[in-house]
Amino acid sequence: MPLYLNDEQTMLRDAAQQFVGEAAPVSHMRALRDADDATGFSRDLWKQFAEMGFTGILIPESDGGLGLGHVEAGVVLEEIGRNLSPSPFLATAVAAVEALKGSAQRERWFPGILAGETVAALAIDEKAKHGNAIGMKAERSGNGFRLSGAKQFVTHGHVADLLIVAARTAGAPEDDAGVTLFAVPKDTAGLTADPQRLADSSLASRVTFENVEVDADAVIGEVDGGRAVLDALLAAGRTGAAAESLGVGGGAMDMTVQYLKERKQFGVLIGSFQALQHRAAHLYAELEVARAAVLKAQQLLDAGDARAAEAVSVAKAMAGLASTLAVQEGVQMHGGIGMTDEFDIGFYMKRGRVLAEMFGDANFHADQLARASGY
Amino acid sequence: MSDLDTFRAETRAWLEANCPASMREPVRSEKDTVWGGRDQSALTPDQKTWMDRMAARGWTVPDWPKAYGGGGLSPAESKILREEMRALGCRNPLSSFGISMLGPALLKYGNEEQKLEHLPRIARGEIRWCQGYSEPNAGSDLAALATSAEDMGDHFLVNGQKVWTSYADKADWIFCLVRTDKSVKQAGISFLLFDMASPGVSTKPILLISGYSPFCETFFDDVKVPKANLVGELNKGWDVAKYLLGHEREMISGMGLGLSSGGTLIGNTVAQMGLDADGRLADPLLRGQIALHEVRARAFAAMSERFLDELKAGRAHPAQPSMMKYYGTELNKARHELEMAAGGSDSLEWESEASNNGAAPRAWLRTKANSIEGGTSEVQLNIIAKRILELPS
Repeated sequence: MPLYLNDEQTMLRDAAQQFVGEAAPVSHMRALRDADDATGFSRDLWKQFAEMGFTGILIPESDGGLGLGHVEAGVVLEEIGRNLSPSPFLATAVAAVEALKGSAQRERWFPGILAGETVAALAIDEKAKHGNAIGMKAERSGNGFRLSGAKQFVTHGHVADLLIVAARTAGAPEDDAGVTLFAVPKDTAGLTADPQRLADSSLASRVTFENVEVDADAVIGEVDGGRAVLDALLAAGRTGAAAESLGVGGGAMDMTVQYLKERKQFGVLIGSFQALQHRAAHLYAELEVARAAVLKAQQLLDAGDARAAEAVSVAKAMAGLASTLAVQEGVQMHGGIGMTDEFDIGFYMKRGRVLAEMFGDANFHADQLARASGY
Repeated sequence: MSDLDTFRAETRAWLEANCPASMREPVRSEKDTVWGGRDQSALTPDQKTWMDRMAARGWTVPDWPKAYGGGGLSPAESKILREEMRALGCRNPLSSFGISMLGPALLKYGNEEQKLEHLPRIARGEIRWCQGYSEPNAGSDLAALATSAEDMGDHFLVNGQKVWTSYADKADWIFCLVRTDKSVKQAGISFLLFDMASPGVSTKPILLISGYSPFCETFFDDVKVPKANLVGELNKGWDVAKYLLGHEREMISGMGLGLSSGGTLIGNTVAQMGLDADGRLADPLLRGQIALHEVRARAFAAMSERFLDELKAGRAHPAQPSMMKYYGTELNKARHELEMAAGGSDSLEWESEASNNGAAPRAWLRTKANSIEGGTSEVQLNIIAKRILELPS
């Protein structure tokens, strides 16, 4: 399989580019921010995503979806990133769908996701830095389980219809075994979400579980054997976040290069200065390399290749590094105007920072790679 | 089983049966690289066997047409061959400026006689080529070159000096940029091929900071070159030169892939420093630097795969080789800095047997030329800025 988009994927990209660019450009995000919107995204837009078929990209055809892969999901995510479109797409249509795929819960949740009515949130992280440890307890209770503990950085957690929760049914926090994943409906008693506005104006919750009782059929996959489901969810989420990061970095670079071609100082276009040309060219190289790494991870994931896990870490780390550079150079090269709220480039910096942390930053993934290589 | 699956299975079986065991070990030093040429006395029997067996199948140049000594493979088949060679750890059977630089230029610009004369001999490793581009006053500003070729009716008379001519003292033939019109800069340059054994050609090695002399000064004193050796049109050699430079950059960028296999850097570092109780490198800062470097190296490996795929499909931006060259060489330099840090005082030994005659420090110093030769990093960034990002002049 060549490492570029095929004709169908290119058509999908063109459709996504047009749709997201028109329905949810940066001004859409700015309007939500200015209105202090309590949801954090537009439910109407989420419906339109469904009408475009986007929410079913990773849902198998036998379940009413398009049965496509991570390359296709990434194509949409890159446009979401480029336009800074607030959307539950990554958590719901990518990570949650990947977790639910093949499980008994899919019949309950996929129709709503396909219709653009259901929003899912991921209750995975327990600390400010993403890690592999799961400490939150799930104890057997009657016919089901009782969940106690807290999660953070749960994007859309306050409005989600469904929470995918990783909890420990046995063993110690660092153990691979003993993890169980649960599909918890939002109105379950004892569950509280405390939404916090983040730097990029999106909303993420600290979610508290106080003796939350769930039925045994809330378990996704096997009791104590949830690590496999969690790994699939994370691989999808990390690859997806990398694709969205690429979009953010690419969008910032495009704005910046355009600015270099328009802005005059000392009587000439600043884009003619070699100092800036070299930095822009270096940035281009970093983003191109990141783009290749992301596509490689997507293709390996879609192929079910054993090398996918390491490729995903490379993709998430590299996309984070490249896109961080893109937003920093973006603000710097725009000069004073880049520091103003009125101008969009700062929004790219803020969104880039959030995506860089999500599902593990560059250091976390470099560490994963080092462990896999035995050092 | 699809045709490609069959091809893969057959390729693997053939490689397993035909690649000598010693040709499946990692390349350790400069002399492990096979360059071919008239004088093959330096080749080990395994090196010779491996080169000849691959050449007999056209697999030293798998995607060249069979008529010119190539394998006639499709892009997908070439990729499979590369993958299978990598999987078995097979060494490149033949490194050659003929393969990586002159060949592609001849395929595009050479006439039929030139292709038939030179390409099969390149494919078989019979002739070693060097490149006559740079001159004392024409480095980054290559179009300022002054070596002249005067039209003498039935031949050209070449006079002048080249510099940084890689392995000129070991090469059999040279592809050379010469000035055939002094009144214009780029439009007055022609592309000539000639035998280094011609009367009037002399070379002098240049000692480098690595202690080695891979480069030479090359002098031409009334060298007679048959007119049939002109490639492309008279005064239009710049087109050929630029096309070839693209391939040179592509070749050099491949050096950035050094770490893609994990390779010596991690192995050496672990051997030197040991692991702590948690199985991690005992120097946490160096571990972090190496890990982040590995992220970039693996990402660049993906970029190289993508670049080759796009190139084969005719989808790559024509200036993309500049990006590959820039990134790959900077990455390679960074890797050797880390290797020196990992080796500690051992990596400083210059002549000892244990250090393989200072292989590490000499290789480290050699990499510093990567971002100079074939167009400096700054020249590549200029090209990206102008031709890809279309920034103003």
